[in-house]
Amino acid sequence: MAYTLPDLPYAFDALEPYIDAKTMEIHHDKHHQAYVNKVNDAIKGNADLEAKSIEDLIAGLKSVPEGIRTAVRNHGGGHVNHSFFWPILKKDVKFGGPAAEAIEKELGGFDQFKEKFTAAATGQFGSGWAWLVVNNGKLEIMSTPNQDSPLTEGKTPIVGIDGWEHAYYLKYQNKRPDYVEAFFNVINWEKVGELYTAATK
Amino acid sequence: MAHQLPDLPFATDALAPHISTETLDYHHGKHHRKYVDTLNQLIEGTEFENATLEDTIKKSSGKTFNNAAQVWNHTFYWNCLSGTGGGKPTGHLAEAIDAEFGSFDKFKEQFAAEAAGRFGSGWAWLVKDGTGKLSIMSTLNAENPMTDGLIPLLTCDVWEHAYYIDYRNARPNYVDAFWNVVNWEFVAKNFAADD
Repeated sequence: MAYTLPDLPYAFDALEPYIDAKTMEIHHDKHHQAYVNKVNDAIKGNADLEAKSIEDLIAGLKSVPEGIRTAVRNHGGGHVNHSFFWPILKKDVKFGGPAAEAIEKELGGFDQFKEKFTAAATGQFGSGWAWLVVNNGKLEIMSTPNQDSPLTEGKTPIVGIDGWEHAYYLKYQNKRPDYVEAFFNVINWEKVGELYTAATK
Repeated sequence: MAHQLPDLPFATDALAPHISTETLDYHHGKHHRKYVDTLNQLIEGTEFENATLEDTIKKSSGKTFNNAAQVWNHTFYWNCLSGTGGGKPTGHLAEAIDAEFGSFDKFKEQFAAEAAGRFGSGWAWLVKDGTGKLSIMSTLNAENPMTDGLIPLLTCDVWEHAYYIDYRNARPNYVDAFWNVVNWEFVAKNFAADD
């Protein structure tokens, strides 16, 4: 069955002023929709691939036929990354819960997490993402180019920031560091906690 | 000697409505300037401090390469554009394009497909090789055809910052508009040069 664009779990303006409504609208309705359409085109007629969840498709990228692997990596990656991104964003959620406890214990606390995550997000040259992932039960900060997903490396993302210019250009233009700074105000630590718990079970 | 941000070879409103003043203000005044400043910081006290930009691009890697190549790419891109541009190439360049791609329209179609299809950030190029043969290619992020021994003749910046203010997600519309401001005289000069 073809993948479909998930609804945003909130209104376009729900993350104002940190992420503006126009950016959310174009990002979700245009960019994410294009990834959904293009991954569907890429795997059309391949029943085995079409039966997979988008997460399984991207985690199993190596088994995708070579002729369509780049298209699946790029557009399937775009679909899985954006589908992950929307629910981990919410305003006014306090840093707390199981993921926060693990950050205190393993990364030295919120400030150190923020510093390392910011470095990963601002240091990714070109288009890409920065991530907080669970790898074999442990937290790690990493970044990926373009739409590459940590899932393909067997790692489970629990926080991710879209560092493509389309994620911030209307409001922040060339100032990616200001966007990254604003991002820390919209991390949904409740959702991140759920993801952490599921990934460490 | 420190690298300098070159002035734009046209007024910031010269390319409107195809490329807006606002886009050029950010693109040249902020993005291009940042690459120049970052490069100068990176090369201070290194073997690249007194190297030409071209040598730095050919011999460096990592951050130095990224910033050096982006300085060069943007300067080249500005020179590829003109407020009195557009139209068609003439003379030997036009003949070479027809011979290689079938027609100017087919060339445009292939170049536009390459520009639209470059995933993520990067550049689309018309290049020639050592024998003068033309081809179309695209590169990721800062990468430049020079490092493959190819000679850039024309480029289109397809980083989102090149078009997001004016065209949002619609990169193909930006590439369509790009044809209205191509400086074919500059491209022809690059084609005619011996390297």
